[in-house]
Amino acid sequence: MLHLTIEFSGGAELLFGNVKKHQVELNNDTKWTIRELLVWIKDNLLKHKPEMFLQDETIRPGILILVNDSDWDLLGNLSYELNDNDNVTFISTLHGG
Amino acid sequence: MAHNLTNSEIERYSRQLIIPDYGIESQNKLKSSSILIIGCGGLGCPSALYLSTAGIGRLGLVDDDTIEISNIHRQIAHDENKIGISKAQNLADRCKALNSLVKYEVHNILFTKTTALNLIEQYPFLFLSIYCTDNVITRYLINDVCVLLGKPLVSGSALKFEGQLTVYNYLNGPCYRCLYPTAPPAHAVSNCSDAGILGPIVGMIGSLQALEAIKVVAEIGTCLNGRMMIFDGFDFLTRIIKLRPRQIETCLMCKSVLSRENLTKKDREEILENFDYIEFCGVSNYNDKSINISILSDKKRINCSDYKNFTESHLLIDVRPKCQFNICSLPNSLNIPFDDFVYNEEKVVENIRDKLGNEKSIFLVCRRGNDSQLAVEILEKHFNDKEIKDLIGGLQTWSKEIEPDFPKY
Ligand SMILES: [Zn+2]
Repeated sequence: MLHLTIEFSGGAELLFGNVKKHQVELNNDTKWTIRELLVWIKDNLLKHKPEMFLQDETIRPGILILVNDSDWDLLGNLSYELNDNDNVTFISTLHGG
Repeated sequence: MAHNLTNSEIERYSRQLIIPDYGIESQNKLKSSSILIIGCGGLGCPSALYLSTAGIGRLGLVDDDTIEISNIHRQIAHDENKIGISKAQNLADRCKALNSLVKYEVHNILFTKTTALNLIEQYPFLFLSIYCTDNVITRYLINDVCVLLGKPLVSGSALKFEGQLTVYNYLNGPCYRCLYPTAPPAHAVSNCSDAGILGPIVGMIGSLQALEAIKVVAEIGTCLNGRMMIFDGFDFLTRIIKLRPRQIETCLMCKSVLSRENLTKKDREEILENFDYIEFCGVSNYNDKSINISILSDKKRINCSDYKNFTESHLLIDVRPKCQFNICSLPNSLNIPFDDFVYNEEKVVENIRDKLGNEKSIFLVCRRGNDSQLAVEILEKHFNDKEIKDLIGGLQTWSKEIEPDFPKY
């Protein structure tokens, strides 16, 4: 099994019943990239309002994805292949001041 | 070494001068630098106070807003005696009382394309602007002007128990637009007056903005360019994340600056002019704090005085979040938070059917009269035999026009 920690912060947790940290196990018969993970999260963790999470099959603008505290853009974006024990965090950008 | 500090400055700044990694060179650089702080609220107050006491040469303060009592729990330079006074002016006065050696400049303006470029350009020695503003359009605009002028931007933001801090457009680090090439949908953005904010959170982020500004100006230490601090004060978690480098291929602003040599003033004006911020951010104007929407036709709405005189039995549903309902509510109102309407429509309808007796009317109320209209649209689909209306202007208008003793927040 592929073990992942999935975290939400900056308000993104509101889409997930206000739970900030999720430990998940995925069947690793096939390879998992962020692309597949996003769909899995939408189908399994997201409560409602999918358009507030995904847009055009990628993350909606204003949410930054981190893998092990690195910007996903440094790792190949949607095609980053997940490893066991990766931490994937979704951070919604804050605008308050 | 040669420096331009007077004896009284040496005495005043002595406790920072004797830090080996800071020293008189850093103080010299601070003294000959200018910083523009955009937004004189929760983040701008501590930033300005610390930069002023640290001995920055010149400090520009921008804000078009005036002080309200609900600002004071976090905007620590403002006080009870200054309600209604300009935030920028009051912050300058407070800083001046702390350090009169600094040159202060007050700008009571709203940032638009024209004002942003002209103002930031006025700072010939400006090394950075600190932005502390709570709307998206201004954040993109300030970022773009900083990229066009090649100035670092110390960016802070805070909401509820959380804060974010980084330095954009500095060395090889990304700008705001490199990181967020597309603006978030307008309805996904929440601000302090809707979502809430705790004082120590903005206080901490604002203070750290001053720290980063000092380091950028003095060219010491390692700044947060290319990295971002994420702080969650509720569970006390801090993480420093690694960001992508500057996106010279894909970022509209970085690309347009780096693809040309020696941008002139006219080039910059043209680049900004050709960009429609209002459309890009999907908002109605530059001051997009809490807009009041109007989506229902008049016959589906009731104003506060008509509601006051409405004597027939009816069901009043308050759609604010529970924590706001607990602060104050109208008598006999039933609290069903708007989120439940969105996330749990069926259950909400079932709940309302249970509560309904012979009432022919359902009225919906919220804080400002926006969510209540959306709730009317949802309920209409299920209760077509009822009269369903929203209370125009919500509890804010009720408090203003009908019941002055009703709490304002
Ligand atoms: Zn950029």
